[in-house]
Amino acid sequence: MSENALTTNGESAAAIEGLAGVAAENAMTATGGSTAEPAGLPGVVSDWSADKQAFRVPWGKAMMWIFLLSDTFIFTCFLTSYMNVRISTTVPWPNPSEVFALNVGGTPVPLILIAIMTMVLITSSGTMAMAVNFGYRRNRANTTALMLITAGFGATFVGMQAFEWTKLIMEGVRPWGNPWGAPQFGSTFFMITGFHGLHVSAGVIYLSVVASRVWRGFYDRKGSYETVEITGLYWHFVDLVWVFIFAFFYLW
Amino acid sequence: MATAAGHEHAEGQQHPIAVYMWIWALLFVFSTFSYLVDYFHLHGILRWTLIITFMLVKAGLIVAIFMHMAWERLALKFAILIPPLVLLILIGLMAVEGDYTFLTRLTAFLR
Repeated sequence: MSENALTTNGESAAAIEGLAGVAAENAMTATGGSTAEPAGLPGVVSDWSADKQAFRVPWGKAMMWIFLLSDTFIFTCFLTSYMNVRISTTVPWPNPSEVFALNVGGTPVPLILIAIMTMVLITSSGTMAMAVNFGYRRNRANTTALMLITAGFGATFVGMQAFEWTKLIMEGVRPWGNPWGAPQFGSTFFMITGFHGLHVSAGVIYLSVVASRVWRGFYDRKGSYETVEITGLYWHFVDLVWVFIFAFFYLW
Repeated sequence: MATAAGHEHAEGQQHPIAVYMWIWALLFVFSTFSYLVDYFHLHGILRWTLIITFMLVKAGLIVAIFMHMAWERLALKFAILIPPLVLLILIGLMAVEGDYTFLTRLTAFLR
């Protein structure tokens, strides 16, 4: 805008550039360092090309996203290797619908434990989203309670997974073989669900630590509850990974 | 505009709780749908299409709403959501490789 005004004045190119620079500097000091933010595609260009912080989020949030990006690659590698061995085996793959069935009142219900685990994890994601919301409202009690409930659901999930592992191991599933078919079933099952369960367990500890800090007023003193949102990102990611494991390992 | 964005930055992501409840309910519904795919023993293309559709819808809702990606700036969206697309190449290659291994094993066993 200021550049257009200057060109109509008929100044020389060098003077325009100098004046524009001064004007821009003045504008920056006037608004306390923040410039106008173009949205959409021009926004991408200006955010990436400027000599400044590229992502306008707290650094912890950007780092968590980048960590989750790397975790996406790890889990995709696991699921891809599972796909590869499942395609290439000449032995029939055990039917997950039957393998993970539980007897309820004498009749086998397919995948029922996995369905309950899925619901537990989704519920924990819901309580986490609400914890983030209450955090930004500076409601310490509700944030702490909701985070602990989330951690509780997470612990329940890990408990159910331990039950599932115990049941399968008792039935003879090993990383090198099982009674129903392709031996790769065991190795991919333990690797994928084990790594996911490890993430849930780590998340339960993470949530408990942050919840206790919320309760002690750490983030009130810090003046920002963004750590709760960052913890939430991790937790929702764990739920996200389960969506893919549920689809590809249990339902396929 | 600038002040509004600055304000949001200071206060972080704040959205009505009703939004989360809606997404929560939708995730329940779609999880039930994907469970029913197995429960009713659907097979073949229909089963795979439904499983992948429900999976992508759920993943999209979690990332967009629960993880607040829908409200982030496009630069962050691009930086986080585009790199995983290269994984499609890995998946494609490994699918082809798996088929090849399968056929090699078949010929080896038949001989």
